[in-house]
Amino acid sequence: MSSSLDSALGLGSSNRRSVKTLNYALWAVIVVVFAGPLVAVVAGAFSGTRDPSHLNVVPDDPSLESFRAAFDRGVLGYLTNSLVVVGFGLLFQMIVSVFAAYALARKRFRGRAAAMLLILSTMMLPEEILAIPLSQVLADVPFTGINLINTLPGMIVPVVAWGFSILVMTEFMKEVPMELEEAARIDGAGELRTFFSVVLPTCLPALGVIGVFGFTMIWDQYLLPLLVASDSSTFTLPLALRTLRADPEVGLGVVLVAATLALLPAVIAFLCFQKSFMRGLSSGAIKG
Amino acid sequence: MTRTTLAAPKPGTQTRTVPTRGRRRARHGPVSTPWLFLAPALILFLLFKFIPMGQAFVMSFQDVQPFLGNQWVGTANYEVLVGSPDFRGAVWHTVVLAAGQTVGSLLIGFVLALLLEGQAKRLWFVRSAAFLPVVAPMAVIAEVWRIIYHPTADGLANQIIGWVTLDPSQWINSPDTSLWSVMIVGIWRDAPYNMIIIIAGLVSVERSLYESSALDGAGILQRIRYVTIPALRPVIVILLTLAAIRAMRVFTEVFLLTNGGPNGSSEVVMTLIYRLGFERNQLGVAAAGSVLLFLATVTLTLLIRFAWRKDR
Repeated sequence: MSSSLDSALGLGSSNRRSVKTLNYALWAVIVVVFAGPLVAVVAGAFSGTRDPSHLNVVPDDPSLESFRAAFDRGVLGYLTNSLVVVGFGLLFQMIVSVFAAYALARKRFRGRAAAMLLILSTMMLPEEILAIPLSQVLADVPFTGINLINTLPGMIVPVVAWGFSILVMTEFMKEVPMELEEAARIDGAGELRTFFSVVLPTCLPALGVIGVFGFTMIWDQYLLPLLVASDSSTFTLPLALRTLRADPEVGLGVVLVAATLALLPAVIAFLCFQKSFMRGLSSGAIKG
Repeated sequence: MTRTTLAAPKPGTQTRTVPTRGRRRARHGPVSTPWLFLAPALILFLLFKFIPMGQAFVMSFQDVQPFLGNQWVGTANYEVLVGSPDFRGAVWHTVVLAAGQTVGSLLIGFVLALLLEGQAKRLWFVRSAAFLPVVAPMAVIAEVWRIIYHPTADGLANQIIGWVTLDPSQWINSPDTSLWSVMIVGIWRDAPYNMIIIIAGLVSVERSLYESSALDGAGILQRIRYVTIPALRPVIVILLTLAAIRAMRVFTEVFLLTNGGPNGSSEVVMTLIYRLGFERNQLGVAAAGSVLLFLATVTLTLLIRFAWRKDR
């Protein structure tokens, strides 16, 4: 072995033909095992035949028939609901996170540690643990008496404040040098002006991170919409999948079309913001 | 976080913060400004996190009857819950699922990371493709695995086990295999996530250690055993922690794949709580389950934090 070892297995540094072939074969297996089933969902949506036990990574007998049938079943409505929830949810979530992080990272004030602790503690209170009382709170929001059951805001408002997003943003904002802010203040910029013209622009990469994580988190929501939606008018795509599948009059093709529409935005968001995603993953995991 | 604060030179911080503090307060509005920025988050947390949690505690000691008024019943809900074989079964299934899924996805994630670490563009493609299960919505994953688990001999999973001459299985449709089938899906989804974190950890392994161990005549397995794994220890601890905490409240995949069935064979704590609360209308008992789940999460988190801190 003359070449240098650059990995634990040393696969990349071996020049032997057999090792290289084995390597490519393993990669192919990995891609087929992990990406194959999801590619098959998309292929199935474009497929004309409907054998419920069959999966293929290329469409059999390609046709758009399933899409037509799916649109007749109101799948576009579910897609619209999903997009509304993720659009407003993410917008407000990012605004709230940036505001909170600005206070936590850039200000010194009494009670800062307590506020931080409160936000950290919300990470131990996910929807699952709160499901039972949350369904009652949603029906009668404290202090306001608003009923959010079977409304899209019911799926949006509870995800707007998200501990993870606030903490990631706070960490990034701490990195911005105080001097920049000081300079702006000396130039006479007010609180909001400093915030928007100095602090925020330096945090653009962080916005990418909380944006792509927030999108994935909201798009993947299942339990919360399940608690909120009481009829199909407010179903999001993930919720609709279960009802469509259970309906004997709906073929597998329609289910796969709905699944494709639920899958593609998540995949596209991931591919477009891959760098941000990986960055957030490692920073999030290291902080535990 | 704490480390950076400690590492910062004290004199520097002093000269920087002390003067600005007074100046800012004088010039830039009242002390309440930070609270204004924090208000939206804190109000939403109060409404949708803290009040519901408080309500869960209250409900867990009540017989909850919508429109009739709630009655205090002391610890009766807890007694009913803990005394029921359903709950004990669900706890057992949750533990089995959590353990199997955590260990399985860590092992496979580790193997994937070893196979896919490196800088090449080709590797980037393979890694991205393998990562798709992590970003795909759980509901989509459940639907595609229902097709893979199709119980006839034509089903994909049955064809694959047919290659090694096993008879077709019922997978999610049989009490003997339902929990294992859910576990496989969980491992499939979590392994690529672990892979990425482990690859990030592998970057920190000294390349020269590989070289010198090779020169000392260490084989691949010894290299992994004595160089790679020790370097990855902190990463592995974090991954185990996160996975264990997440696994305790597993819901969506079980709900969509088996809904706890057949015959309760894959019922986990969360699907049981959901059933008690929304199908059997025993909201008090369900709330008691939520409180126990919460306490278990807190205990586990604190235990691991404590053990970890002592460790360092």
